[in-house]
Amino acid sequence: MKLHTIHLNVNDEEQKVTVRSGDTLLYTIREQLGLTGAKPGCLNGDCGACTIQVDGWPMKSCLMMAVEAEGKQITTIEGLNNTPIQEAFVHHFAFQCGYCTPGFIMNGHSLIQKKPDADDSTIKEWLESNICRCTSYIEIEKAIKFALGKNKPSS
Amino acid sequence: MIMEVIGKSVIRKEAQDKVTGRAQYTHDYHTSKKLSGRVVLSPYSHARIISIDTTDARKVPGVRAIITGEHLPLTGESMRDRPPLATGKVRYHGEAVAIVVADTPDQGDLAANLIQIQYELLPVVHTPTQAFQQNSPLIHERLGEYDREKDVYPVPGTNIAHHVKIRKGNLEKGWAESSVTVEGDYSFSPSDHAAMETRSSTAEITPDGTIKIITSSQAPFMVKQLIASYFNEDIGKIVVDTPLVGGAYGGKASVQLEILAYLSSRAVKGLPVEIFNQREQDIMMSPSHIGLDAKIKIGADQSGVIKAMELQFFWDGGAYSDKAIDLTRAGAVDCTGPYKVDNVWCDSYCMYTNHTYASPFRGFSHSELSFAVERTFDLLAKKLNLDSLELRERNAIHPGHTTPTRVLLNQSNVGNLQECISKLRTLIRWEEGPVKEINERLVRVKGVSCSWKTSTIDSNAPSGVILTFNRDGSLNLMTGVVEIGTGAKTVLAQLLAEKLKMDVDKIYVRMNVDTQTTPEHWKTVASRGIYMAGRALLEAADDVIAQLKQMASIVLRAPIEDLEVAHMRVFIRDDPRKGVDFKDICYGYQYPNGNSIGGQIIGKGNFILRHLSHLDPETGEGKPGPEWTVAAYGVEVEFDRRDFTYRLIKAASVIDIGIVLNEKAALGQVMGAMSMGLSFAGRETFYYDELGRVLNPQLRTYRPIRYGENPEYLVDFVYTPDLQAPYGARGVGEHGLLGMPAALGNALSIAANVSLHHLPLTPELIWKTKVGKV
Repeated sequence: MKLHTIHLNVNDEEQKVTVRSGDTLLYTIREQLGLTGAKPGCLNGDCGACTIQVDGWPMKSCLMMAVEAEGKQITTIEGLNNTPIQEAFVHHFAFQCGYCTPGFIMNGHSLIQKKPDADDSTIKEWLESNICRCTSYIEIEKAIKFALGKNKPSS
Repeated sequence: MIMEVIGKSVIRKEAQDKVTGRAQYTHDYHTSKKLSGRVVLSPYSHARIISIDTTDARKVPGVRAIITGEHLPLTGESMRDRPPLATGKVRYHGEAVAIVVADTPDQGDLAANLIQIQYELLPVVHTPTQAFQQNSPLIHERLGEYDREKDVYPVPGTNIAHHVKIRKGNLEKGWAESSVTVEGDYSFSPSDHAAMETRSSTAEITPDGTIKIITSSQAPFMVKQLIASYFNEDIGKIVVDTPLVGGAYGGKASVQLEILAYLSSRAVKGLPVEIFNQREQDIMMSPSHIGLDAKIKIGADQSGVIKAMELQFFWDGGAYSDKAIDLTRAGAVDCTGPYKVDNVWCDSYCMYTNHTYASPFRGFSHSELSFAVERTFDLLAKKLNLDSLELRERNAIHPGHTTPTRVLLNQSNVGNLQECISKLRTLIRWEEGPVKEINERLVRVKGVSCSWKTSTIDSNAPSGVILTFNRDGSLNLMTGVVEIGTGAKTVLAQLLAEKLKMDVDKIYVRMNVDTQTTPEHWKTVASRGIYMAGRALLEAADDVIAQLKQMASIVLRAPIEDLEVAHMRVFIRDDPRKGVDFKDICYGYQYPNGNSIGGQIIGKGNFILRHLSHLDPETGEGKPGPEWTVAAYGVEVEFDRRDFTYRLIKAASVIDIGIVLNEKAALGQVMGAMSMGLSFAGRETFYYDELGRVLNPQLRTYRPIRYGENPEYLVDFVYTPDLQAPYGARGVGEHGLLGMPAALGNALSIAANVSLHHLPLTPELIWKTKVGKV
């Protein structure tokens, strides 16, 4: 299969990688860049464990080819540090095994940035694309709302 | 007693790693070079293997080896009936038939697709009931020849892998005393754990013969033991490493991929080989959640007091018996549910079918049997025109009663079910009645259930803890309990902090388990982590305290009896200013002139359960587990009479927990288990075609509950201490799940005005039951 040498901007760093046409972005960031925070859960777009940000929007990285990501701003969980949503997940016990957590956090983080006034139905619309098998989702709901609230200018 | 650390929602020790992507799971580890093992799965559920042609596959660049099943020993935990790779015939859809070891996953996949396998179809056994029939096709023709543990009773010439009998009291007398009887048949197919981390294992054999396995497992010590035993390897040469596990729920207590990874590495001169399950493979090939066909008959007098129960369980163990044998036993020992039943017969059969074989599933047979028993309880309540909670309360198990296997219960070894029921009444506003009409279409209905559970683990299962110090007096806690998401290691740190009266932040826990350097904890299963490792930990803490005091008594020139330990210091009880810091004695004490005494303090503790016994093969008499946790549940649904859809409104659990050790973690365990129980009850099952092939091996067709589909959760606790357990804590990891299928089934049966006997409880099932098409 044909190889491509491409430049990826990941977590504000330029990375040069050589990939096959068939390599997913998930495979590339994990295997070539060692960023294993994004998790393979289904490789089919069903579970959301591999969610990252592409140009500020949440993207299931198993559904995107590495070659498609050239020229785009990619943020992975490793690129977040002390964000309100990470703090909220810790405080509200919004994870147990932690495997789905990077995906939920990346999705929730994007939601907070893109839809700071999200109501219940918008939150549901965004978060139902990810699966958590340990929690009851109530903990995640609390964490998301806590982080959304923190993000709002106090009125 | 006022607790400083216990009961507090101490933040998990691994929390920061988990929210920053730094937490590493098995598949995240990178070695300098790791080959990929790709498994060829059977496309049929029962077929003879005529030929396997690997000629074309071997030509693919990067292929290092192709392994098939000849000359491999049989495996299986209680009975060795399973070839690691199918030989002669395949017995389930998705069974491993061959492995391609290649440089990269894509090369392996390419080669795997080029392996030509000729099959000849055999008749398929679809259900355990069919498997039980005399004329059923046989799945294991040589059942009588398998090596097995001595308390396993297969019936050669049939599909019965194991049979457990409970014979307590006099059933004839019980029926004679009954003025009403009710009966019900129930069934559901196997389903999946669907842990978000699929299983994976990497094996390597170094030139000195050390077998290194890194695996996503609840049972790394069992991996070591079984691989040594199956393949005649020196057990000391096997080192199993288990990092954080991304969800398990029983599904990672079975040993399967580790064997395939070991065989793969062996085939390529010991190079590291990873077997990573993609989701479809994880669902089809790796062991599943057991299915069940059950027949229940209950007799009671006019006031609703149960006089007799007769139960038949046909467990869908699938193609191999592995853990299904223990699941069959666990279902039998608690078969009645948490009720006083003097006359009970139970026949629990582990049946072979052409389904994926079973591993444990959170609750270990109890949510399954509860569905059948508790639905029948509601049938009885209806027949007697009794309040369904009242009926349960009237028969509730108490200290002084005996279990089906005739264990005498006391205040400590069984919780207080009556109080659970009483608290549930308040929690779900039972006084308002079970039915609330909303309008012509919609009705809100509450259903209830109860459960109990003991943990039927091996009677000699060990747990050990080692404590070491750092130079600043802080401690390191090492245990073989795997962090599968429960927060058990954080809770153990809390127990230690409480015992030593110190800051929990000064206790460091070793997250990874490595079978060479962490003391064994049998398996991280059965809600037994805190019970067993907690006891071992308290013994290790006592050991540390004794050593610290001994050193301090020399330094302080005071008798040991006069010393206290707190805040990382040993001091004189009536004059706390006189003391010595841990840091000055934990690595020996040095006098001003340089002379030193003592040395590094290392604490050790171990625990083994007391007085557990095998069951009598004819009557079932014996002690299967240490204690019973009891609970009561309610589920409220809003049901649409027009199209049979429903919404989950509320779900409630009241569990006798003994004591809460970490509040948010405990609530998380209970609510998470309830969520899983509702998901199993309402939507999860494998759908099969006429050839026994799984039709939905993906998370878009096998669809667990998602965000926003959850009800409101109500949780309350009862606090009856278990005197044998650390600080009185009872197991709680599974119990939120146990009553959910039954309570949901009971609610929907009332709502739809039809008796529902199958899972999952989909609108389609309700409709089919209504129109008589089930």
